[in-house]
Amino acid sequence: MLPLERKLELYHWMRLTRTLEERLVALYRQTKVVGGLFRSLGQEADAVGSCYALERRDVMSPLIRNMGAMLVKGATPVEILKQYMAKGDSPTRGRELNIHFGDIGAAETTRGFLGQISPLGDMVPVMAGVTMSFKMRGEDRVGLVYVGDGATSTGAFHEGINFAAVQRLPLVVIIENNGYAYSTPTEKQTAAKQFVDKAIGYGVYGEQVDGNDVLAVYDCTKRAVDRARAGGGVSLLEFMTFRRKGHAEHDNQSYVKPGEVEAWAADNDPIDRFVRVLLDREKVPRSTLEAIDARIIAEVDAATDVAEASPLPQPLDALVGVYADPPAERPLWYREGADVSTLGKERAEGWGTYDVAKGAAL
Amino acid sequence: MAEITYLEAIREALDEEMQRDANVFMLGEDIGAFGGAFKVTDGLMAKYGESRVIDSPISEIAIVGAAAGAAHMGMRPVVEMQFIDFVANAYDMLTNYVATARYRAFLPCPMVVRGPSGGYVRGGPFHSQNPEAGFIHTPGLKVVYPATAEDAKGLMKAAIRDEDCVLFFEHKYLYRRIKGVMPAGDHVVPIGKARVAREGNDLSIITYAATVHKALEAAEQLQAEDGLSVEVIDLRTLAPLDDEAIFATTRKTNRVLVVHEDTRTGGIAGEITARISESCFAHLDAPVLRVTAHDIPLPYAPALEDFVLPQVNDIKVAARRLAAW
Ligand SMILES: Cc1ncc(C[n+]2csc(CCOP(=O)(O)OP(=O)(O)O)c2C)c(N)n1
Repeated sequence: MLPLERKLELYHWMRLTRTLEERLVALYRQTKVVGGLFRSLGQEADAVGSCYALERRDVMSPLIRNMGAMLVKGATPVEILKQYMAKGDSPTRGRELNIHFGDIGAAETTRGFLGQISPLGDMVPVMAGVTMSFKMRGEDRVGLVYVGDGATSTGAFHEGINFAAVQRLPLVVIIENNGYAYSTPTEKQTAAKQFVDKAIGYGVYGEQVDGNDVLAVYDCTKRAVDRARAGGGVSLLEFMTFRRKGHAEHDNQSYVKPGEVEAWAADNDPIDRFVRVLLDREKVPRSTLEAIDARIIAEVDAATDVAEASPLPQPLDALVGVYADPPAERPLWYREGADVSTLGKERAEGWGTYDVAKGAAL
Repeated sequence: MAEITYLEAIREALDEEMQRDANVFMLGEDIGAFGGAFKVTDGLMAKYGESRVIDSPISEIAIVGAAAGAAHMGMRPVVEMQFIDFVANAYDMLTNYVATARYRAFLPCPMVVRGPSGGYVRGGPFHSQNPEAGFIHTPGLKVVYPATAEDAKGLMKAAIRDEDCVLFFEHKYLYRRIKGVMPAGDHVVPIGKARVAREGNDLSIITYAATVHKALEAAEQLQAEDGLSVEVIDLRTLAPLDDEAIFATTRKTNRVLVVHEDTRTGGIAGEITARISESCFAHLDAPVLRVTAHDIPLPYAPALEDFVLPQVNDIKVAARRLAAW
């Protein structure tokens, strides 16, 4: 059982996730978010409760709706806001979007999260490789990868989990069953009654849990993480939850059954449920939660100011970093219209310098 | 006749072909009641039912493989990739299986794989790709990439009626920005025939898809600013290439600029340039030049995307250089 102060941390991460997403919605409406915006409203307990079961040295790969897991693993609101706003000093320098960024490497120096790519399922085999490296080097580290119900239909998902299962890798695979993949309901995604049944087919341990109960999510994931660390191989966990927003902000969810969203919102909001646990069972004074909320708002306000004030990337930044060496491509010769005033100037640390003569030559 | 968008033109083609031939059916993610991520198939499930507009799991390999199997048996599947970027997942099916089926085993594969392609929309690296070059390189596949609403409709109808597998790239930047008046009746545009989008005498721009419009804009400006008469050729079909049209414009203007949105190295501009130099060397007054995207994964930030993708000004700079050669 978690001590109370750690339960309050769980509350903090869930509330931060929701507050930050609400801020992103406001920025999106002000057209400050460059691309789409993907919410995890109603799924905060899944992301937060599961990632909270990891140690810092472990590595996690999120899906689009796991911003909460990214925060728990150490991604900051400023980084996330800058990513969405395509800022030049965002973690991917404006090349990639939303939470598609990572910080991975040695356990001591990195936070241990690996940004996903859009093609669904691809991160399962990649995380098999990450955990394979742990096994080969005898490192006491575990990997955790999230997929949606829809992503389980991809070849990459099947191949990745099967591979990890055969190799008995220290990997936890979490299927967030939120009822829909874009407009497609779960029954059109799989003929299986429940995703956890697939664990049998892969020969791995399976468990299903109420995904809107953050403590249950934590406990279930902790067991799987402990099993992986002890050499027990892969676990397949299914979290039962619901996507209360459209696929992205532009999607009005016309395909959802009448009353479905409302029912989940009324009885099953993961934050409301946890607040009831904290107030009624744990006897936490309401003012304690209010103080956390206030701190979070101040933090998100400050992060927004920093992100908004940070610079956009310069066009020529696009040329750097495709390969480790050489560091920069040349601008194509016809780019005489490019803003050459930035040519030849040093970018942020580690970024290329441009030779005007070479860069502008045919 | 009312004007309709590029997107509506594709929908009209799908609708008319489903009406005409009971073997035509559609397969893809969220294409049914939802009508697809871009609403291309909107209303078609209501009209033709769930058995002909089939919502699939997120399984590009299965979708393309199943389409091939059905096509062998006389059906005419039209498959949607939600974004063409995800056709990469089905690359094995398309290149190893579908493309070789007829040659290896006399297995017909009359099917269409269609999907929103291309950039200029701030979609980031996985929602902006132009993977045509990989498929052009594979014998057995046809590749179509229309630039106008009229062609989008006419070529889609041709693609569905074609006896082979046609990869049909739809430019998402054009979906709702380009409109056209559809010719009356059964409007079919033959696969493999390029179009002269603008007549000119001084130099030729050979291009396709979204950059046709950039080239036309550049041509207008070059006429006004420099008095240059620029011919613009819209390829429409990338495999098979219309050599005749490519060579005809080369012989006419003797100066050729090839423009595409896809990256440079290994892109189709290289192939076109090679064909011109092999067949029309004596007609060239200047080397064939290329304006393409940089060889870089497409970035997300607007300033970066604008820099990596070809713009009107890039075309003008290149055209002026070509004219002055
Ligand atoms: C291989 C692949 N095909 C199609 C898509 C387009 N796409 C993006 S998200 C999505 C639905 C994802 O559903 P799910 O995995 O259940 O995650 P959720 O959005 O419900 O969290 C689809 C079809 C994709 N990203 N990758």
